Amino acid sequence: MSELTTFEIYRYNPDVDSKPYMQTYTLDTKKHNCIMVLDALMELKKQDTSLTFRKSCREGVCGSDGMNMNGKNGLACITHLSSFKGSTITLRPLPGMPVVRDLVIDMTQFYKQYDRVKPYLINDQPTPTTERLQSPEERAKLDGLYECILCACCSTSCPSFWWNPEKFVGPQGLLHAYRFIADSRDTATEERLADLSDPFSLFRCRGIMNCVSVCPKGLNPTQAIGKIRSLLLKESVGASK
Amino acid sequence: MTSLPVKEYDAVIVGGGGAGLRASLQMAASGLNVAVVSKVFPTRSHTVAAQGGINAALGNMGSVDDWRWHMYDTVMGSDCLGDQEAIEYMCKQAPATIYELEHMGLPFSRTEEGKIYQRAFGGQTTNFGEKLAHRTCCASDRTGHAMLHTLYQQNIAAKTNFLNEWFAIDLVKNEKNQVVGITAMEIETGEVYFLKSRATVLATGGAGRIYKSTTNAHINTGDGIGMVLRAGFPVQDMEFWQFHPTGIAGAGVLITEGCRGEGGYLVNGLGERFMERYAPHLKDLACRDVVARSSIMEIREGRGCGPNKDYVLLHVDHLGEKIISERLPGIRESAKTFAGVDPVKEPIPVIPTCHYMMGGIPTNHHGQAITLDANGNESLVDGLYAAGECACVSVHGANRLGANSLLDIVVFGRSIGLYLEKMLKENSEHADVTDANVDAAMARYQRWENNPEDGGDPEIIRAEMCEIMQQDFGVFRTAEHMATGLKKLSDLRDRLKKASLHDKSKTFNTARLEALELDNLIEVAYATAKLADYRTESRGAHSRFDFPERDDKNWLKHSVYMSEGEKISFREVNMTPKHIDPIPVKERDH
Repeated sequence: MSELTTFEIYRYNPDVDSKPYMQTYTLDTKKHNCIMVLDALMELKKQDTSLTFRKSCREGVCGSDGMNMNGKNGLACITHLSSFKGSTITLRPLPGMPVVRDLVIDMTQFYKQYDRVKPYLINDQPTPTTERLQSPEERAKLDGLYECILCACCSTSCPSFWWNPEKFVGPQGLLHAYRFIADSRDTATEERLADLSDPFSLFRCRGIMNCVSVCPKGLNPTQAIGKIRSLLLKESVGASK
Repeated sequence: MTSLPVKEYDAVIVGGGGAGLRASLQMAASGLNVAVVSKVFPTRSHTVAAQGGINAALGNMGSVDDWRWHMYDTVMGSDCLGDQEAIEYMCKQAPATIYELEHMGLPFSRTEEGKIYQRAFGGQTTNFGEKLAHRTCCASDRTGHAMLHTLYQQNIAAKTNFLNEWFAIDLVKNEKNQVVGITAMEIETGEVYFLKSRATVLATGGAGRIYKSTTNAHINTGDGIGMVLRAGFPVQDMEFWQFHPTGIAGAGVLITEGCRGEGGYLVNGLGERFMERYAPHLKDLACRDVVARSSIMEIREGRGCGPNKDYVLLHVDHLGEKIISERLPGIRESAKTFAGVDPVKEPIPVIPTCHYMMGGIPTNHHGQAITLDANGNESLVDGLYAAGECACVSVHGANRLGANSLLDIVVFGRSIGLYLEKMLKENSEHADVTDANVDAAMARYQRWENNPEDGGDPEIIRAEMCEIMQQDFGVFRTAEHMATGLKKLSDLRDRLKKASLHDKSKTFNTARLEALELDNLIEVAYATAKLADYRTESRGAHSRFDFPERDDKNWLKHSVYMSEGEKISFREVNMTPKHIDPIPVKERDH
């Protein structure tokens, strides 16, 4: 039994190519026992060692292999080949970011927006000798937030981020901002909200929800953004009273 | 003459996993100029994949706990090969280290009282082996992810220098055998630098990719092990590789021991809970080496599951959807994606899968690397440190207990940080280094540049190596298989020296990267094979059909391997803890 699949893959190596192009590969995915898109890419790399992509855990927890597959962002290692209809699969780098080579993008801007939200717990109280207590209910508020793997599938699917990658924090950064606002142990909520209150950082979110539909961990950045929005609103109403 | 550009630091840390980031945090927070060199963006390091938790005798689950009991379990789990002074240090430091992580923001799961939740785990008991302990602190089944992200976040706050997507090529040594830094390649540009440092910390993690079937990430290629062996320093206890009892059959993806900690169990093809036979006391929560051997025996004797009877089944379906969504949600995701089963309804097909390297670079508990001279006398290597899976301090001996690896990386990452914080402030001189010293650390990079085009395909060599390790150095070993395997590995090593790199472009060249990684993998595989073949006993994870018993008279000692002359020597096991009486050497009770 054989199963020939055609792969159309975005290629660009600045050392040798003047511009990007699409290259067609054919692979017998059954013969090579390829189940996920990453399996196929690794098999293709054996044929063409110049084909370039990032990979690490191959189980959807490290966030290395985010890419655009038949038009939708996702992780190559947990995307089944069988989930695609038709016999051609098109692979492109995550959209809207500079391409370093082939499927590898320059993520500098994405990481800058992470750093910008002060993605670390701030607590100005004296440090206790044992753990800070947190009830299971308080802890449950972090579920759906702390699991982010920084794969960039969300931010690179967001038209607002494409327009304003420097000024709009984007779904990933805002999800992290809310992860710390929601943490009962964090004492910097006011400061965090103030940092997001300008017209661009948060309010450029237009509720398009591409971030939700592509997140490989099933997280909901739009909901987190909505929660920050209502906190900001409450604050400004409070201030005007 | 070298023409490499130079960057200068107080300390260079190779590896951005838990050990590296805990060490860097300690030093960056105290104002030292530290650089973390990581071949992937730090949160993609393999610590992220740790699931079940981290051990510390906090006693949060309604009964008292004691670090001495944790220490006893760790010594017994190690099959008495662990160094008791290091184990004592780790277990005693564990509670404070966990509280620090909690203060940093790690989102631990909680008890009703709001304390850190602790689950049961393999080999963990109270009162020196009496009954199962609840000692494993966790963040659901994503503890490694939560830890790694928390540590990275704290490093952002501490303004640590990160050289992300930089690959360490080799250690740079001077004439006095001092380590003075590393050569490293910026992957994006392909440019190579000399990173000059007063302290070089190896925190490069494991090397599970020497096996065909492994829970390890693609990046786990033993880079630090390759670096020390090429620099003429030793590695220790490399014959001890942990096979995790529950890797998903076929895919190799990890299913945490936490499943059994929460009440899950294994069954064979007859539907029998076979662990009751092999380990009547601890059953499914016996040590990993015991459970892995039991599963393999069931399969060998024709009692496996599935059409080919080549796996066993892990049940958690009786726990109910609520417990599974709360405590094992990541496992449910993995089982659905990679095994096509929903563990709420069906059992998961699992098989023992290569998981962890107990051996590594011998160090003391400050992380200082140890070397041996021609007469077997020990000394410290000036400027070189190691922590985490690439080090062998040795807290795991011949078999690591579940949830002791996350503990190992933070405790010893921290202890290196504490030590260097002090040492680097007292002594601010860089050691002498010449251009020739730097050039020597570029030899293998140059080899790949200059080898002729028809020298053989590294990918084929890699595949053959994985096959040999899987066939001849797996859960059970025999002299006959190992001799054959060793001969084949030796040939492979010769072929690798001539192998060709076809793509020599500079920008993000992953073909070059994989070639350089393969140099490291083959060193790890070869050291493993040499020491496995040499140790004529069964202890911990090293099980031989031809020598089935533990032999304390001849083999209660660490084995040490050096590349030069392929020399094998030995070190004594440390039996002198500082605060309590030594734990006597005895048979394990399962």
